[in-house]
Amino acid sequence: MSALPRFAAQLAAYGAFVAVIGYFSASPTYTHVDPELGLIRLSFSHAGARSEECRRYTPEELAQLAPNMRRPMDCARERVALYVEFEIDDAVVYRAQLPPAGLARDGASTAYQRIAVTPGRHRIAARLRDSRRESGFDWEFEEVVDVAPRQSFVVDFEAQTGGFKLL
Amino acid sequence: MNSAKRFARAVFERVESVFDVMFTPAWNPFYQLGALGWFFYWIVAVSGFYVYIFYDSGVEQAYASVEYMTHVQWYAAGVMRSLHRYASDALVVVMVLHLLREFAMDRFRGPRWFAWLTGVPILWLVYASGISGYWVVWDKLAQYVALVTSEWLDALPLFGEPIARNFIHASTLSGRFFTLMVFIHIAVPLILLFVMWVHIQRHGHSKVNPPRGLALGSLAALLVLSLAYPAYSQGPANLSEVPAEVDLDWFYLTLYPLLDVMSGAALWMLVGVATLVLLTLPWLPPKRRAPHALVSLDNCNGCARCVADCPFMALTMRPRSDGSAFAQEVVVDPAKCVACGICAGACPTATPYRRRSALVPGIDVPDLTVAEIRRQTLAATAALSGAGRVLVFGCSCGPPLANLAGPAVGTVTLECIGQLPPSFIDFVITRRHADGVLLTGCRDGDCHFRLGIRWTRERLAGTRDPRLRQRVPRERLVSCWLGLDRQRALARELEAFCERLIRLGPFTRPQPATPVVAEQPSPESDA
Repeated sequence: MSALPRFAAQLAAYGAFVAVIGYFSASPTYTHVDPELGLIRLSFSHAGARSEECRRYTPEELAQLAPNMRRPMDCARERVALYVEFEIDDAVVYRAQLPPAGLARDGASTAYQRIAVTPGRHRIAARLRDSRRESGFDWEFEEVVDVAPRQSFVVDFEAQTGGFKLL
Repeated sequence: MNSAKRFARAVFERVESVFDVMFTPAWNPFYQLGALGWFFYWIVAVSGFYVYIFYDSGVEQAYASVEYMTHVQWYAAGVMRSLHRYASDALVVVMVLHLLREFAMDRFRGPRWFAWLTGVPILWLVYASGISGYWVVWDKLAQYVALVTSEWLDALPLFGEPIARNFIHASTLSGRFFTLMVFIHIAVPLILLFVMWVHIQRHGHSKVNPPRGLALGSLAALLVLSLAYPAYSQGPANLSEVPAEVDLDWFYLTLYPLLDVMSGAALWMLVGVATLVLLTLPWLPPKRRAPHALVSLDNCNGCARCVADCPFMALTMRPRSDGSAFAQEVVVDPAKCVACGICAGACPTATPYRRRSALVPGIDVPDLTVAEIRRQTLAATAALSGAGRVLVFGCSCGPPLANLAGPAVGTVTLECIGQLPPSFIDFVITRRHADGVLLTGCRDGDCHFRLGIRWTRERLAGTRDPRLRQRVPRERLVSCWLGLDRQRALARELEAFCERLIRLGPFTRPQPATPVVAEQPSPESDA
């Protein structure tokens, strides 16, 4: 191939290369979530109650402990699993037993759920059990929300500030 | 796996044939994929450094600073931003092609496992570098990337609290996280650079710079793209709104849509298994391992030419251990030796003219010794008849030579064309074992053993030891670097060469010229 056609062929090759780079660097558009829907995220991190009740050391037991290890209560590390239910318009959309984190199961339990909802008014309800009780709930929350397309809500939980909250 | 490899090889060879014509073999980008990867890395590094000067890592400021670069200082920082993105994408393209090509050409087994194995973490590091880069822009795409990445990471049982919680609401977002991301976006590419350096540690004369023309062409093309189609942000991130539709960079975020159809754990499993398969590929059957080169100290004078020529740094010099007068001797590292025989081709004692002692060079490969090459050369040429007799030296990775053999054509197949000491060409032509010699092998610029063609060319040109002697008539020597699949072209070249040799007639030694005695100036004239 002589110089000019070769140069033209190279130009075409470079052009094709950068065309591919340019196109696929930002196309085609990907639809991650239906843009007509809203999104509710149920997300919290909360440590449940200890699996066993703490016990007060007897004076004899305290005396046997090294001075720097003496503390009034003897508490097991393990925590109970949380039980959570989440409803939208009276339908349970999420129900789970959330085990505590950590090898000793002494960490917080965490939840992270994405739930797509149609736009409009919805009644959402969240219930959480974080104690050693076998049934019922320790925390309950209910609210009516107006969801717009693409809108994102977060249902969080913070025991110190009163439990569930909408962000 | 072999059929996949054969298919991939056939595809590459077809495409590369076209690029050979368009770019010439010296500039063919497919033979420069590794070097192009280095080149794109440096473009990304330099443009990234410039962009970093104007970048602000605050939650609000991050997006604003990138917008400033894109729209206000579009002529410098904007172009640099685009160049940064497009060179990163080009890096992914050449990296993936490089991986596929090395697989297709079967260049990852045996002692070549090292480059393959160290290439696998490079894949991960390139993706980690790119994805963290998208994060720091903090536009809608960044919001999507941050959420999906953190949700994917949360599928690993490593984090006490979901990382995704950092990106669900403005109140949970911290500017410090951006500082951390910028740190990651700088640290990971630096680690990548280190691994890239490790990646080429077992390659002698590593090619980390593409030919200047190809480099300039690639840079110019990316610059034109940056000016014509600048990289834009996709609107500021808003955590109260779902980034429902995003313009993905499909080079880096290819796997992300999968997270909408499978769980994060399943995707980790998928990429984990893929990585494991890649890592173990060099050791999967069928195993082929030729015996490594052996040194004969009795014939080694410690010249170190083999060390200089070894493409895989398998040879080193050390002080003499046999009490010989020579200062040093060569040592073979069996773990690195691919038994290509290029060392034997470089050895000054590998000459077919030796008669008084057995033909044992200072270094040789057991599978095809220099003595065996001499025996095959003599056997192949002894059977030749007629005019225009040609001996074809080829390599095991080049076109099969058996079909070429005929009454006037003999063939000898070597491990690599670099295994052929130039003295063999001299031997064949000036001793009239054949009227001419044709050398063939892999494609020009794409030697299976990396440097065989290059060293052969330099030896024939007289710029590298051992050199082809001047007395060998160059018109009786032809090189055809055509690769495995261009057998017809090789047959045509051979036919044309035979015809030329017929016209030249048999080789005759040039008669020594009559010595000319220069006239001595007489003492009188001096006076």
